[in-house]
Amino acid sequence: MTAVPDIEFRGVTKRYGAVTAVSGIDLAVPPSAFVALLGPSGCGKTTCLRMIGGFEQPSEGQVFIRGQDMAGTPPYRRPVNMVFQQYALFPHLDVEANVSYGLRQARPRLSSREIGQRAGEALEMVRLAGYGGRKIHELSGGQQQRVALARALVNKPAVLLLDEPLAALDKKLRTDMQIELQNLQREIGITFVLVTHDQEEALSMSDFVCVMNGGRIVQLGQPSEIYDEPADLFVADFVGKTNLLAGKVAGHAGDLVSVALADGTVIAARKRTALQQGETVSVSLRPESLSLGAPTSGQLKGVVRNRIFLGSTAEYAIEVQGIGTLLAKADHLIGQGNLFKPGEPVAIGFATGTPLAFPETKNNGTNQRVNKHVEIIS
Amino acid sequence: MRAFVIAVFAFLYLPIVLVVLFSFNAGHHASEFTGFSVQWYGKALSNPFLVEALKNSLFIATTSALLAAVFGTAAALGLARVGARTRAVFDALLGAAIVVPGVVIGISTLVALVQLFAVVNPFLASIWPGGQPPRLSLGYGSIIAAHGLFSMALVTMIVGTRLGSLDRNLVEASSDLYATPLTTFRSIVLPQIMPAVVAGFLLAFTFSFDDFIIAFFVAGAQTTLPIYVFASIRRGVTPEINAIATIVLVASVLLVVLAQWQLRQRKPSN
Repeated sequence: MTAVPDIEFRGVTKRYGAVTAVSGIDLAVPPSAFVALLGPSGCGKTTCLRMIGGFEQPSEGQVFIRGQDMAGTPPYRRPVNMVFQQYALFPHLDVEANVSYGLRQARPRLSSREIGQRAGEALEMVRLAGYGGRKIHELSGGQQQRVALARALVNKPAVLLLDEPLAALDKKLRTDMQIELQNLQREIGITFVLVTHDQEEALSMSDFVCVMNGGRIVQLGQPSEIYDEPADLFVADFVGKTNLLAGKVAGHAGDLVSVALADGTVIAARKRTALQQGETVSVSLRPESLSLGAPTSGQLKGVVRNRIFLGSTAEYAIEVQGIGTLLAKADHLIGQGNLFKPGEPVAIGFATGTPLAFPETKNNGTNQRVNKHVEIIS
Repeated sequence: MRAFVIAVFAFLYLPIVLVVLFSFNAGHHASEFTGFSVQWYGKALSNPFLVEALKNSLFIATTSALLAAVFGTAAALGLARVGARTRAVFDALLGAAIVVPGVVIGISTLVALVQLFAVVNPFLASIWPGGQPPRLSLGYGSIIAAHGLFSMALVTMIVGTRLGSLDRNLVEASSDLYATPLTTFRSIVLPQIMPAVVAGFLLAFTFSFDDFIIAFFVAGAQTTLPIYVFASIRRGVTPEINAIATIVLVASVLLVVLAQWQLRQRKPSN
């Protein structure tokens, strides 16, 4: 059941002089997956992508593409294609010549009829049929993006690499392209590796998210796992919105720990790692896991400071004495009149086990974790 | 202030305007305008010495500019790959080569060539199997070498600037799309820097065509157009000289404008 992975990193480290950009990465990407490398800038995600493309060579370890060790293989001999961040379309060539550029390099040569036909199909696939004769500068940003996609996909690569492909587009276009990319990936069934710093983009588009920080993989999993079961404080904080409450471990009760918050309230929380009695912890509470109610009920009591009405939901900033401001998200049920007003006292409740307690050491990626060989089972 | 500016420009351009004006003079004197005529252009172009000098100049300018364009571009491409410190040293040397006075370049080139001939000619004679051995001497070759070398610095700077603004991603994208380094150079880099190469060629041509000082030192028995003009004003300034000067002026201005236009063409996009 473990097919040869499309991409595999084995103990890959990349140093630039004294700076370590990527350290000890192990990763296997199975065929036909949509994987996102997610992390803040400087976390090493782009370096990883460039090592797959062949633009950087690992200082240590190996990169495999479909089981082949790529050491010393230049970019032009690798069966992968990349969509560059600024598209990098050739300005002196028209759309058709850009798209067919890769096909023209094939040896033995392809017939010009075949090149023309495949370029036409690729343009059709990205809904730009009939744009072949246009100059690059005559196209809008979204169209240039699609030309870049067609130029890469026309070669039928083993893996498509996408370097922050949507960063330059406006929000509306970005959402459209997210859906388009997802559909394309399913249609042609090749592996997509997407690099992004936008957690929403990573969660919404990919089958697997690989969260990176400080040159290491912090967590690898399906989007829902990453969101619901963050491996550490960094992931909990970086992926999605969350409330982080400082506290101390007051006791253990089975799988749960009880945490005394700053104001003395004791709540039950799940834990990811073993925690010591009295250890300082951060408790993560997702805004949507909080329920608001009449001031007589609930674990925490506070006062609504701001309300952001979003149509189907409403977000509240609630000030809790001794703890700080919490963000809560509540569904808006039409006709129920369940909107709280600023200044109104409310009680905040949450189901047992929804809070997650993490040790207070911010994972900077250089400490503790020993990366295990991570295999995604598709 | 305004009068001052007018005076400066008048000082700069009035002599040139006069040269152009008097090239259309009907009279025989360069200092007295007696009516409009193009007879001096006809006279100039039917003067065999002048036509010979013009041909020499065109040949030397074309050859040296071609050499400068090829080797200057190669140098710029090489410099694009060296480290920042080496780069700074070479940039400084290139700049220096351009600001060194022509007299110094002329003299030093002459000295260098004479020394070179003194070594190479006996050597050639010693290894020559039979008959008359070739002898290197001042002439066409030395002017082309001197002009080509100087213009190379010019081309290297112009092409280097263009290369600096070339989007590195384009080269990577080409490589990603299976193009070998040679194909990438031919299909991506060269088209992107071509306007700068052409501009460099045109400026090199203009420089060589107009240059008197360096050519004067290394020309040997050869005559280029500027050398001919210089020699003939000793026999008195005639409107014929004005006509030649006007032709050179118009050609030079046209070439420089063309070079600038080339440099503005197809700016690297991003």
